[in-house]
Formats: sequence, C-alpha cells, structure tokens
Amino acid sequence: MVTEKGFCAKLKAFLIFAGPTTFVFFTVVIIPFLFGIYLSLTNWDGIAAAYRFIGWQNYLTVFQDQLFWKSFFLTLKYVFFTVVLVNVIAFVLAYLLTRGVKGENFLRAGFFVPNLIGGIVLGLIWHFVFSRVLVFIGKSLNLSFLSYSWLANPEKALWALVIVSVWQYSGYMMIIHIAGLVNIPKELIEAAIIDGASAGQRIRRIILPLMVPSFVVTLFLTLQRGFMVYDVNLALTDGGPFRSTELISMHVYKKAFLAQEYGIGQAQAFFLFIIVAAITLAQVYFSKKWEVEM
Amino acid sequence: MKDLRWQFEIKEKKRKNILPFLRQLLLYLLLAIYLFPFYLVVINAFKDRRAIISNPLGLVRPVKLTNFSAAFIKMNYWQGFWNSLVITALSVVLIAFFSSMTAYYFLRYQGRISKFLFFLMVASMLIPFQAIMIPLVRIYGSTFKLLDNKWILIYMYLGFGSSLSVFVYHGFMKSIAVELEEAALVDGCTRIQTFFKIVFPLLRPTTITLVVLNVLWIWNDFLLPSLVLISKTNRTLPLSTFYFHGTYTSDYGLLMAGLLLTIIPVIAFFILMQKHVISGMLQGAIK
Repeated sequence: MVTEKGFCAKLKAFLIFAGPTTFVFFTVVIIPFLFGIYLSLTNWDGIAAAYRFIGWQNYLTVFQDQLFWKSFFLTLKYVFFTVVLVNVIAFVLAYLLTRGVKGENFLRAGFFVPNLIGGIVLGLIWHFVFSRVLVFIGKSLNLSFLSYSWLANPEKALWALVIVSVWQYSGYMMIIHIAGLVNIPKELIEAAIIDGASAGQRIRRIILPLMVPSFVVTLFLTLQRGFMVYDVNLALTDGGPFRSTELISMHVYKKAFLAQEYGIGQAQAFFLFIIVAAITLAQVYFSKKWEVEM
Repeated sequence: MKDLRWQFEIKEKKRKNILPFLRQLLLYLLLAIYLFPFYLVVINAFKDRRAIISNPLGLVRPVKLTNFSAAFIKMNYWQGFWNSLVITALSVVLIAFFSSMTAYYFLRYQGRISKFLFFLMVASMLIPFQAIMIPLVRIYGSTFKLLDNKWILIYMYLGFGSSLSVFVYHGFMKSIAVELEEAALVDGCTRIQTFFKIVFPLLRPTTITLVVLNVLWIWNDFLLPSLVLISKTNRTLPLSTFYFHGTYTSDYGLLMAGLLLTIIPVIAFFILMQKHVISGMLQGAIK
C-alpha cells in the first residue's frame, strides 16, 4: 500500500479523514462521560456555580435510597417478563412464518410495523387503548378485570407496560429469528424426518440448538433495551400510579432534572451504565464462544 | 377395495390441506390483534369526543376531517415535521460522510492512534445515553449556553451515531481490494479523490443499511431532543406529539388525528424502502 511520507503529510491525512469525527466524538461522548464520573463525586445541584468534591458520598446515598432500589427491582421484574415473552412469541412467529404460508412477506412486514414507530407514539396509542377502549369492552361485557383502567391500578400498570413492550419488540426479534431459521440447512431437517423424528423432536433436538446464535442476539438486545426503556414508560404511565412503574431510566431522569440532585442522578446513571455494559460484554463473550463451537 | 382406497387418499389430502389453512388463519388472526391498536387510532381520528366516549369501537357515520385540520394547527404539524426532516436528513448524511472517511482512515493508516481511536469508539457503544445526558446538558447548557438549537442537536447526533457507523463501515471495507485504490493512486489521484471516486461508491449497500438505521433512530428519538430543544418552534415531531397530548388530554378525537399524522411519514418510509428497512434492522442487530 502506498503511504504518505513525513509527519506533516500523515497529520494532514488524519485531520482530513478522521479529524472531524474524532473531534465530535470526543466532545459529545468521551468528555461528557468522563465529566459525568467527576460530577457523580460532587454535590452539584444544577444551578449553583460553586460545588464541591464530596467523594463517594453520592454512591453511598444511592445505595441507601429505598426508592432507587424499588425502581431497580421493578426494572428487573419488567425486564424478566418482557425478555421471556418477547423471545417466546418472536420465535413462535418466526417458526410459523418460515413454513411457506401464503402472504408470508406481508405477514412479516405487518408484525414488524410497531418497531418503526417511536416509543412515545406507541405509548400514547396504548394509553388510549388501556384507559378508554379496554375499559369500554370490560364494562359492556361485564368483565371485572377490564372495567377499570389498568393504568390507574398500581398492581396492573406494570403489566400494561410489559404488554406494550412485548408488542413493540416481538416483530423485530421475529426478523432475527427468521434469518436464523432460514440458515438452517434443509438436509438436516429432511434427514430427521426420514429418521422418523416428530415435529416436536425436530424443534427440540435440531432447530433450537442451531438457533442458539440468534437467541444470543435477541436475548441481549431485549435485555439492553429493557434496562434502558424510557419513552414508552413516559408516554404510557409516566411512572405512576404511585411510582409503581417508575423504571430506572425514568428514576435517573427525575432525580437529575426534576429533583435537581444532579450528583446523585449521575451516580445512579453510572450504575445503569455498569449493568448495560456488563450485559453487552457478556453477549460478545457468549457469541464468540458459541461461534467457535458451531 | 379400490373405492375405499380412493376415499382414504382424499381424506389424507384434505387433512394435509387443512393444517396449513389453520396455520394461516391463526397467523392472520394474530396479525389482526397486533394491528388492532392502529385500527383504533384510525377509526377514532374521525370521531368527536362524545362519540368516542360512548363507543370507541364503533364506526362513524358522517366522516369528518375536522380533527385533522384542528390537529394540524394545534400541534403545529408542519413546523414539527420540517424540524424532524431537517435534523434527520442532515444528521444522517453527515454521519455517513464522516464515518465512512474515518473508517477508511482506520483501515488504511493502521497505527497506534487508529487502533486506539477505533477501540475507543467500539467501547463507547457500551455507554447508555442515560449515563451521558446529565453532563451533556451541564456542558452544553450551563457552560456554553448552546442548547435550544437545531444545529447543536445535529452535532450531537453526529457524535452519538458515528461509533456504530464507523464500526459497520470498517467491517465492510475490509472486503474491498486494495489494488483498485493503488491503481488510482498510481494514476495520480489524490487520497481524497480515490476515496470518493472509488471506495465510497463501493460502500453503497452499507451506506443504505446505515441510513435506514439512523433515520429510524433519529426520527423517532425523544429523550435527546427533549433535553436539547426547549422552545416551541424548535420541536421535532415526537416532541410536539407528546406536548400536544399533554395539553389536550381528553380530546380523544383530536389526539388520535394527531397520532395518525405522526405515524404516516414513518409508514410511508417503510412502504417505500421495505426491503432495506428489514435487512437494515437485521444487520444493525447482528453487527
């Protein structure tokens, strides 16, 4: 490869090709991130020009904050049910849609539609569905579990959030599973049929093991998105009623921008960073590991 | 004997036909359930408040468009649409332009700096936006007073979007033969000419994938613009939809019309680029 000689030429090439991106990347991502770590060690309230360094105190406050833990465990519950349901539904849809049904492409596109639309709009649509339509259906059919809005009930609001998220993401994960299913060699399935394997056995013994790489992708993607959910949460329930659906991102937002406790908010945000980073690193680890085995 | 066998064969045939039919029926039923919320938005966008409260499932007799014209004005639709369009289009183009150049540099000028910067960009994809938003507002808001400005938002999208795009371009560029570029360089092209005349056109499939991914992300994004854009005239479509909803909480017909107006551009984008959207989202997930 021909390369420029001399320091000046090299510097010029760097500035032209990588300079702008590097500058923007540092000013938007790296510096704020590092500054954020510093902020979490101060008592800044968002307004005062002067603030001091207070060490680990914010992190201690976070660990003793019951509302934070409540929000964290709510998030865990939400993530658990969303991840399981999304993956099961997405796999079933993908399985049914790779067997030569008429109008397959239309169906795939149809299930995918909720993904195109932002969480805010989806949340607002379902807000109407839960607070008006389902209540109307419940009242006219005398179904007691539907005759009051789920969004006003602290026991049920989180489930409303789970339902919307499952609806939102299962089409996307279905597409990933379809790609995985299409790549399974036909000869394998045919050989199994000749050997007399039933449909159930074929799924359990052949298809599912071969789908592990797809599941790694969908599991971690749903995990990540679950921990970071904000838009749907805001538009559907706004954390209510009585904080029964205030998930971790919203908790951080409210701590920082509404309660003006920026240092504590940033400490909580850093906690969220550790979780998301750990999930992503685990994904990289597992997909590498299974790649070798395949 | 022969008759019996014939009958049996017919039965077998019927059984074979009925299973796919049931599967198909099940799938279409599921799809109907999936799309039911959208159907509700559409039918209720044409009704007034009283009709919706008395029966949100019923169809309307006189189809009225008053909700739409009212929503257009009250949510300042064109303003929001225009802001979203400018922000999305410029961000996406800038991301593609600068990220492809950067990825090219990292690949063709391998050295310690390239390696370090590339590693840093890949590593930064681990950071959730929530971990940056507070210092970001602090730096750009209280220190530099740069908030409430479309251009600074585009600048931020360039910063947040470049990591993934550099990474994807980098992966794809590895498969491009160096010989082509060498020939161009020997023939007297400069580096920049070589890149734009030879390399960039070859990157087309990747560029399309990234454009789709970034369009959907930026068009639908809420949290970052809600922090950066403050005044009404700067709002993007998701922001104006959200605040519109806050102002007219119980005027359901109006709200549904507003939601429908917000959904239409994305659905149009999807219909036009269906194949690219699905394959783009797929590659974005697997990356």
